[in-house]
Amino acid sequence: MPQIFAYIEHKGGAADDSAAELVAAAKKIDPAASPVAVVTGWGADFDALCNALTALYAEVWKVADASLAYPNAELVRKALAKVVPHDSILLIAHDHFGLDLAPGLAIKLDSTFVSDVVSIEGLDGGFLKVVRQEYGGQVSTHVRCDVSSGAVVNIRPGAFKPVESAPVNGKVIDKSSQVGALSAGRRYLETFVAESGDVDISKQAVLVSIGRGIQEKDNVAIAQELADAMGAAVSCSRPVVDAKWLDKSRQVGSSGQTVKPKVYMACGISGSFQHLAGLKGNPFIVAINKNPKAPIFQVADVGIVDDLLEFLPELTGKIRELK
Amino acid sequence: MEILVCVRRVPDTAENEIELNRAGNDIERDDIVYSVNEWDNYAVEEALQIVAKSGGNVTVVTVGGEDDEEVLRREMAMGANHGVLITDEAFNGSDGRGIATILKAYIQKNKYDLILTGVQAEDGGAQVGGMLASFLDYPFASLVNSIEVLDHNKLKISREIAGGSKEMNEIDLPCVLSIQTGINEPRYVGMRGIRQVASLEIPTYGASDLGLDPNSVGDAAAKVKRTDYFLPALGKGAEILQGSREEIIDSLIGLLKSKGGLK
Repeated sequence: MPQIFAYIEHKGGAADDSAAELVAAAKKIDPAASPVAVVTGWGADFDALCNALTALYAEVWKVADASLAYPNAELVRKALAKVVPHDSILLIAHDHFGLDLAPGLAIKLDSTFVSDVVSIEGLDGGFLKVVRQEYGGQVSTHVRCDVSSGAVVNIRPGAFKPVESAPVNGKVIDKSSQVGALSAGRRYLETFVAESGDVDISKQAVLVSIGRGIQEKDNVAIAQELADAMGAAVSCSRPVVDAKWLDKSRQVGSSGQTVKPKVYMACGISGSFQHLAGLKGNPFIVAINKNPKAPIFQVADVGIVDDLLEFLPELTGKIRELK
Repeated sequence: MEILVCVRRVPDTAENEIELNRAGNDIERDDIVYSVNEWDNYAVEEALQIVAKSGGNVTVVTVGGEDDEEVLRREMAMGANHGVLITDEAFNGSDGRGIATILKAYIQKNKYDLILTGVQAEDGGAQVGGMLASFLDYPFASLVNSIEVLDHNKLKISREIAGGSKEMNEIDLPCVLSIQTGINEPRYVGMRGIRQVASLEIPTYGASDLGLDPNSVGDAAAKVKRTDYFLPALGKGAEILQGSREEIIDSLIGLLKSKGGLK
């Protein structure tokens, strides 16, 4: 059985949610697994973070270096290539950092790369059997991966629920001396934090949210009229922002805002995992979509299969009549 | 600046309902509408905007078969100077690493300052760009949503990170960047534009042209293989409201009232 490692992302001295999810994923590969955490960083909070991780991991491999104070994937990749044994299975969150780090790391470790895993069926000899999704979640595939010479496996955030267990009281092992001097052809400069726009969608109780199905900019007014009639605000999914029909501050999802409304009207939104990742607090979800196979219908409470450009104005009219 | 953009032809999820084929080993591909992978189209537009300011050429490349030539022509109609089709029976069944191996072999026979891919493909998982950069020992950045040319050997780029924030980086050329949607507004291509490039020659390269060992690519080398396709578990699934539109609206309004959705 190969040793399983988990790369731990962290910010401001706190581990990312994926720290616990990767333990759950490791247990799906092998119920008896005792995964090793690998964490890179520097600074005042870093030792405390490593110590906190011993509640989840029996071993925490600490790589402390001033060059790793900000997680530049180009530097982290070089550090991990020196520290992580090539024949191991390394789990990484499939997020903005994991996408940057992992594919190239698999090449440097000369191991197999498995992207965006949503479910794990287990290890059979040298083969790992996992489930992935394609076409925005419309279909799934079983994927058989030869991990006999090691693997880097990216795990979709939120797909593996942390398992409740007693703290494992692990130990921190300092691997910093293995890394040596690090440099890269990409240098981090600064971060621009997203600004909130004219409407703070994260504070709205009711959202009328539109996706690609709104089709053109002029149709955004149809959603705004419904939102006005309901006393709601308009939010959207990524394609609407990409097309510049609404401001970035209106986007719900992992690269946009996290919202927690009571009621969420998903209009012409297919329901990609990146979009759903921004929807918290178990809202009542109404999905309106003309494609009966849209993944949004899997997570919605109520579904309406109809053309939203006709349905929404009629709904708006009826709500106005009732006032 | 010489820019290479790696593109792919994929089933268009905006135009098709994706269904399984009868054998369950692929999606149903009869009567399906294909188009250029959405992310790749943004990458081509970005390359065109860079050469418009800084000079140079844009080459679009794809690994595939003769059907895939249409996406090269579409991107040439947008303004790409050259199209290159990399095609060989030996490439069939390549996994992400195999595609990156093939592209690396092509790139090493040419000279590009900047290589762009889309962040991901509809049926992929954001693999090839990062692998290609590591094979070439070039710097890499994913999820790029702005590019500024600083000088002939450096770019300033931003990456999309959590919550819509932007991470600014300086990156040395040559490098590989994976381009996020929304970085620009890709120009429209009409039928007329596509007709104008219809007769342009698109060179093709196979395994032997690129000096590739057929055993290092294709199905034989693939360590990641799909075994079957299936429909995702429905979870609890939505209650689909039935009846006339009027009846549906009445029941929806009742539900919205009870859930606090109407003020």
